[in-house]
Amino acid sequence: MSGAKSVQLTYLEAIRQGIQEEMRRDPDVFLLGEDIGVYGGAFKVTAGMLDEFGERRVIDTPISESAIVGAAIGASLMGLRPVAEMQFADFITCGYDQIVNFAAKCRYRWGAAVPMVIRAPSGGGIHGGPFHSQNPEAWFTHTPGLKVVAPSTPADAKGLIKSAIRDNDPVLYFEHKALYRRIKEEVPDGDFTVPIGQAAVVREGRDLSIITYGAMVHVAREAAEALENEGISVEIVDLRTLAPLDEDTVLASVRKTSKVLLLHEDTMTGGIGGELAARIAQKAFEYLDGPIVRLTAPDTPVPYSPPLEEAFLPNATKLVEAARSLARY
Amino acid sequence: MGAPAMLRSEKDVEQDRELAWQFLRYMVTMREVEDRIERKLYRQGKIVGGVYVGRGQEAIPVGVGLTAEPEDVLCPSHRDLALFLIRGVHPRQIFAQYMGRVGGLTRGKDGNMHMGDMNRRIVSIISAMAASVPVAAGAALALRYKGTHNIAYSFFGDGATSRGDWHEGLNFAAVQKLPVVYVCNNNQYAYSTPVSKQMACADVSDRAPGYGIPAEIVDGNDVFAVHGAARRAAEHARAGNGPYLIECKTFRMTGHSAHDAAEYVPPELLEEWAQRDPISRLEKKMAEKDWAGPGEIDRVYEEIKKEIDSAVDWAEKSPYPDASELTDNVYERG
Ligand SMILES: Cc1ncc(C[n+]2csc(CCOP(=O)(O)OP(=O)(O)O)c2C)c(N)n1
Repeated sequence: MSGAKSVQLTYLEAIRQGIQEEMRRDPDVFLLGEDIGVYGGAFKVTAGMLDEFGERRVIDTPISESAIVGAAIGASLMGLRPVAEMQFADFITCGYDQIVNFAAKCRYRWGAAVPMVIRAPSGGGIHGGPFHSQNPEAWFTHTPGLKVVAPSTPADAKGLIKSAIRDNDPVLYFEHKALYRRIKEEVPDGDFTVPIGQAAVVREGRDLSIITYGAMVHVAREAAEALENEGISVEIVDLRTLAPLDEDTVLASVRKTSKVLLLHEDTMTGGIGGELAARIAQKAFEYLDGPIVRLTAPDTPVPYSPPLEEAFLPNATKLVEAARSLARY
Repeated sequence: MGAPAMLRSEKDVEQDRELAWQFLRYMVTMREVEDRIERKLYRQGKIVGGVYVGRGQEAIPVGVGLTAEPEDVLCPSHRDLALFLIRGVHPRQIFAQYMGRVGGLTRGKDGNMHMGDMNRRIVSIISAMAASVPVAAGAALALRYKGTHNIAYSFFGDGATSRGDWHEGLNFAAVQKLPVVYVCNNNQYAYSTPVSKQMACADVSDRAPGYGIPAEIVDGNDVFAVHGAARRAAEHARAGNGPYLIECKTFRMTGHSAHDAAEYVPPELLEEWAQRDPISRLEKKMAEKDWAGPGEIDRVYEEIKKEIDSAVDWAEKSPYPDASELTDNVYERG
């Protein structure tokens, strides 16, 4: 952190500021996506960008995710640094081949760098139903060659978008829609980055570790407060980057507390939690004093109706219960 | 030969009169149901999810939908509510769907027009634009495979035609000469994006000939014109001549969704298109042709409003799904 000053920003404003700063710093950074220019984006993340940077650098595209990603790849092969927006992370499927087969494999196959960023508003809790709520990060963490980040705070949102833009590999940037305007905090002004591949211990504790990311970090914080009152001391690791995983920080926390709860909003099977569990079991087995526990969404699509979505999403109540029984183990 | 011709045309007029009343009922029901959803229930917080309505575009699902035979397959887009009405879905089920109640077609699993029912031969859209265009080709393939004369109708907006799925779907159907009728509602905007930024050709219909598919443009706010074009398209497809596309020129008279104030749409355009409202035009035509007696149309409105009041009551009384339903129906069993 180098910024002398800091300002209060929402998560959404922090993303915007990070992009703006990078665009001012580097004329090769440009934006493309649906409704991002004149309209400022479905969530208004890019509001004001067209006025400042003009149509050359803020491109409103047709509804063509495959072309958006493909064009970003082509431009990045030529040395530009595109930041593509998916209107909702759910529609990233429409550009899937370009991402997992084209972008992800260029460097490995023929040594070509693809320095592009795909921003994808993800996550539930906004009554968006099955196609405006998904957490598709694990589709991409399974693909070698892609980097995947998922910030939980305004400061990380800014620091990670800047790192993503400067990175020479394709980076998927999952921004959680439910956080956009919900959280506000001091964000270092000016040139401040958060390294890709570094998790953060966002709360120190003794009795058990909750490993999580994205919106669930806030759920973990809420649960940790409640558990503190019961005398259970919780450590929280915010992964921040999902690929490559910061195994060292995770294992250090597990070795310290000996109990681990893996929390994500994504569905269970094939989620990040399973990967973490395997690594922990293999590399910190002798430190464990209890089973590795996962709390995730169940293996269903994201339902629309409020009581169903409520039952679907992990929340502090469910987490307190799970953590309590693990602590007692 | 004069007399029979005369008789035929009298019969035609009578048919037109009957059609006009059918058009009117469905169009007004769609308008009133959506007004209630967008302007009341959504604003009251009783609908918590996305609301996309077809205000000003009612002539399209109605004019086209009434050309379909019951065994034809419909693949609606997100502003085609009337197709559900035509297939016998009751407004109360639609309100319940929007409100996430068990009385909705998806029992709360999904919201708004994201619903379907294979018993009624309506395929539910997914959100991703144009994803059901290739699916319509598959449905048409099955209809022909089984030796029926039935066809599939595929609905989409102008914006959806930029998706690769749209192009793959049309090409597949054309190569296989499948019985598909493509219906584009060109309402000139896709969210905030005007057609000029969506495509470099002037009309959506320009895209079809490249695939060997005939296409025509029709005034999408003239329900008789839409109906006539759809009938030609359906006859073409049913006769085994392959797909056919109709582009219905219209205008989106609301924001993209209920939360969008659509400040990017020039107000003159809205004013201009308000003059071409498809329901007002139909009513005017009915008056001119003397197809409606004094007060007759007003009575239809009253009836429909009453029906809607009780449909909303019913939907509000329909319970929310129990949390235990969360894991139901991921698979057939278990
Ligand atoms: C693949 C995909 N990308 C983005 C979206 C977000 N989105 C929903 S509707 C819409 C505009 C659709 O425009 P059009 O196809 O013209 O239909 P209209 O809404 O005008 O009826 C957009 C961009 C989406 N649903 N699917």
